[in-house]
Amino acid sequence: MIIIVTLIVAIMLAAAISVVFFKDLLSAVIASCLVSLFASILFLFLQAPDVAMAEASIGAALITAIFMIALRRTRRYEE
Amino acid sequence: MSFLQNNIYYIGAFGLILIGLLIVLVKHNLIKVIIGLSIMDTGINLFLIAIGYLRNGTAPIFSSPEVESVLMVDPVPQALVLTAIVIGVAVLALALSLAIRLYKHFGTLDLRKIKELKW
Amino acid sequence: MRSVFSLILLVVIGAGVVFTLSSIPFGSTSSDVGEYYIDSGRADTGATNIVTSVVVGYRAFDTLGEVTVLFVAAIGLGAILAAGRENEEKKKAEWEPASLVLYTGCRFLFPLILLFGAYVFIHGHLTPGGGFQGGAIIASAFLMVYLGCRKKRISKTWARNTESISGLVFVVTGLTGLAVGGHYFLSNFLPEGTLNTLFSAGIIPIIYIAIGLKVGSELTGVIDDLIEESE
Repeated sequence: MIIIVTLIVAIMLAAAISVVFFKDLLSAVIASCLVSLFASILFLFLQAPDVAMAEASIGAALITAIFMIALRRTRRYEE
Repeated sequence: MSFLQNNIYYIGAFGLILIGLLIVLVKHNLIKVIIGLSIMDTGINLFLIAIGYLRNGTAPIFSSPEVESVLMVDPVPQALVLTAIVIGVAVLALALSLAIRLYKHFGTLDLRKIKELKW
Repeated sequence: MRSVFSLILLVVIGAGVVFTLSSIPFGSTSSDVGEYYIDSGRADTGATNIVTSVVVGYRAFDTLGEVTVLFVAAIGLGAILAAGRENEEKKKAEWEPASLVLYTGCRFLFPLILLFGAYVFIHGHLTPGGGFQGGAIIASAFLMVYLGCRKKRISKTWARNTESISGLVFVVTGLTGLAVGGHYFLSNFLPEGTLNTLFSAGIIPIIYIAIGLKVGSELTGVIDDLIEESE
C-alpha cells in the first residue's frame, strides 16, 4: 500500500514540476489535469469518497475543459 | 519506511503547494500563473484532508445500520474541502475570463509586456 | 534577480513548513467537533452520510453563502465576457463537424450521465456524493454535448429559470424552517423517517436536490459563456 501511495505521489509531483518547463500551454494544462486525477486517488486512499468524487469530476474534467476553451481564445504557446 | 508512512501525504501536499508558488512567482505567462494557482489549490485541499485522517479509520458514512462509529475519519475537513473545490472552479473561470479580456486588450499574455501589471 | 528572490522565499516557506509539520503527527489527530458530529449526526439530522449532515445539516447556512459566491462568480464571468463582445464584428464560426462515432456516442451517453448525476445528488444523504458532485457531473454531460455535437446549445432562459427556482427553493425551505420548525434558519420541519431509506433526513434531500440543480445549471452557464466567447 505504502509503495503504491509513494508511486502516485511521485508521479503527481513530477507532473506538477513538468508544468514549469512546458512551453506548450496545452501540455501544461494536461499535466495539471494529471495532478488533479492523482490527487483524487489520494483522497480515496484517505477515506474521503465525497471529496474524491468532487475532485475527479471538477478538477480533472471541468477545469481542464475551461482551460482549453480559454487557450483556444488566446495563444497556445508561451513566448 | 516508517518515515514514508508518516509523511508521504504531507510531502505530496506541500510539494504541490511549493511548486504552485514557484510557478506563480517565476513564470511570466498569465495562463501559466493561473495553472499554478490551481495546483496550489489542489495541494491545500490534499493537506486539509490528510490532517483529518485517522489511521485505519473508515469513511464517515453509515452505509448500513450495523456500522459502528468507532474509528471514523474526521468529517469536518472533508465538508470544508468539498465546498472549497466548487468555489475553486468558479474563481478559476473568473480569472480565465479576465485573462481573455487582457489578451484582447493588449494582444499578449506576457506579464512583462502588459505595462500596468509590472512588478 | 526575481528568480533568486523567489527561490529564497520558497526555501524560507519550506523550512517553516517542515518545522511546523514535525509537531503534527499524521493519522492520529481527531477534533472534538468531528467526534461529536460522528456520534450524534444520525440522531440530529437523520442523514447517514456524516459529510452531508455537516454540509447541509449543521452548516447549511454556510452552504447558502457558498452557493451565493458561486452565483456571483458566474455573473461576474458573464459580465466580463459580455463587456468585450459588443463593439467587435461578429466572426463566422468555423467548426469542423464531429465524426459520426463521436456524435452518436455523445447522444447515447448524454441521458445516462444526466441520470447518474441525478442519482448522485438524490442519494446524497445515503451514499458518497451530493449536490456539488452531482451538479458537476451534470455540467460535464453538457460539456460533452457541446464538444461532441457542436451545434447543440442549452436554452439560456431554461438554464436561468432552473437556477433561480432552485435558489428560491433553498431560501424558502430555510424560511419555512424558521417559521414552523424551530428557532433558527433552515431547521428541520419534516419527519426524519427511518435511517438508511431514501425518504429520510427531513429537508436534507430537498436542499441537496436544489443545490445540485443550481450548481449544474451555473457551471453549464459558465461553460456556455466561455464557448460562446471562443467562437
